Amino acid sequence: MSVVPDGRLADLTKEELARYSRHLLLPEVGLEGQKRLKAAKVLVVGTGGLGSPLALYLAAAGVGTLGLVDCDLVEPSNLQRQVIFGTRDLDRPKTAAAADRLKALNPGIKINAYNLRLTSRNALQILADYDVVADGTDNYPTRYLVGDACVFLKKPNVYASVFQFEGQATVFDAERGPCYRCLYPSPPPPGLVPSCGEGGVMGVLPGILGAIQASEAIKLIVGGGRPLVGRLYLLDAWLMRSAEVKLDKNPDCPVCGKNPVITELVDYEQFCGLKGETEREIPSMTAGELKSRLDAGDRVQVVDIREPHERSLFKFDGALPVPFGQLVRRKDEFDPQSDLVFICKIGQRSLYAIRALREAGYGGPMFNLRDGINAWAREVDPELTVY
Amino acid sequence: MTATLVVPTALRGFTERKSELSLEGATAGELLEALVALYPDIRPHLFDGEGALRGFVNVFVGEVNIKGTGGLDTPVKDGGSVMIVPAIAGGAGSFPSAGGGRIR
Repeated sequence: MSVVPDGRLADLTKEELARYSRHLLLPEVGLEGQKRLKAAKVLVVGTGGLGSPLALYLAAAGVGTLGLVDCDLVEPSNLQRQVIFGTRDLDRPKTAAAADRLKALNPGIKINAYNLRLTSRNALQILADYDVVADGTDNYPTRYLVGDACVFLKKPNVYASVFQFEGQATVFDAERGPCYRCLYPSPPPPGLVPSCGEGGVMGVLPGILGAIQASEAIKLIVGGGRPLVGRLYLLDAWLMRSAEVKLDKNPDCPVCGKNPVITELVDYEQFCGLKGETEREIPSMTAGELKSRLDAGDRVQVVDIREPHERSLFKFDGALPVPFGQLVRRKDEFDPQSDLVFICKIGQRSLYAIRALREAGYGGPMFNLRDGINAWAREVDPELTVY
Repeated sequence: MTATLVVPTALRGFTERKSELSLEGATAGELLEALVALYPDIRPHLFDGEGALRGFVNVFVGEVNIKGTGGLDTPVKDGGSVMIVPAIAGGAGSFPSAGGGRIR
C-alpha cells in the first residue's frame, strides 16, 4: 500500500524515463513505482549527518517534492559527515546550501527550504503537506515534536539516530505499529546522555543510517517490500554487528494508545526538562573567575572529568583527571575543604557530574566551569584550540 | 546462570569501554544488578530513584522488549543475550543551542 494515492500520479517525460531506467528495470518499482516517487512529497527534518545522504538519495531517486527543515549555518565541524555540503558552503544556511546541491543533482524536482526551527506552532502546518516525514534531527525536543505531530497527522515517521559508532533505525507509523513514545516514553534528563558534540560520531555512521532512511521512505512511496514498522534496526559500526528487535505498540501510550491523554502538541522543551532549574541550582563560575582564583592561590581544585583521549587534545594544567564514569567510585579522592571546580568540554557533563556526586553524598563545595574549557579557550587562553 | 549483556556505546564510558559482559543472573533485573555491582556509576543512567527502569532505556531479552514480558522479572536463559537500548539523539548538544530543526 503506497502512501501516495493513485489520483496524484502523472506520466513520466522521455528524459525522466532515461534518468530513472535502473528503477524502471526493477519489477518491484517499475513505471508505476517511479510515478509514485515523482508524485511523492517527503519532508526531511534536520539537514545534517542523517539528512545529507537521505536528501541526496531521495533527490536522485526522483522524489518529486523534498522539504528541508533546518535553522543552522554550515560549520567546519559539520563537513566530516554532512556530505551534502562543500567547504565553500561554510557559514551559509544549511537549507540553502543543500537546496543548491540537490537542484544540481536533479533539476526536475521541487525543493521547499524551511530555514527555521520546527516548533509546536508551525509543525502541523508544515508536516501536513507531506506524505512521509523523515526525522534526522539531533535533539530530544524535536524528536518528540516530530513523533507526536506524525501521530496526529497519521503520517509515517522514518526514524534514525546515531551516537559515536552506534545507530538505530525504524519506521514509526501509529496507524499500524508503535510510535516514538511507545519506545521511549520519556527523554533522558539533560546532560545524562552525552551528545555527539561531546561524545563524537564516526562520520560515515549517519551516512549509513541516513541511506537506510532513504530506502525506507522509497519503500513506503512505492508501496512494496517489508518496511521497518514494528522493528528496530541496530548497528554497531565499530564491531560491525547489527541486530533487529521487535517493537510493540504500547496500549497505554499517552499519544497513540487506547486512551490518549496527549491530543495536541505540547511544550517539548519543558517535557525534555530543558526549562528546569538545573543550571541555576548548581553554583558555577566563569572562565575569568576561575583564572582569578587560581592566580590568587585560593584553595581550588580543578577536576577534569573528560575522557583520556579528550584530555590529550587540551591538557588543563594542575587539574585532577577523574573521568565522568569513575566520579562516584573515586569521590574519596576529593578534599571536602577545597572548592572543587568541575570542567568538561562545554560545561554540560560537569553539571551532571556535580548532581551525581551530590546524590552520592559528597558534601564539599562544588562549582561548574560555565561553558566548559571551550570558554576557557575563548576568554583566558586564545592560543588553545576549541575542539 | 550466565548470560551475555550487550552494552550500548553510550554506556561504555562506565564499563571500561567493554561492549559485552558475561554476567550471572536468572532474570533481566538480576543481570542489570550484576552490572551495577561491577560499575556503580552506571546506576542512575538505568534506574530512577524508585529502582524502576528509566523511560528512555529499553532492555531486550533476545529480540523481545521486557516491557511486554514481565519487566525486570523476565527470565533469561543460560547462555542467552540481553541488550540495553537507550534513546540516542546525536547532535551538537543535549541543550538546544545548536543543531537542526530545533524548537524554541
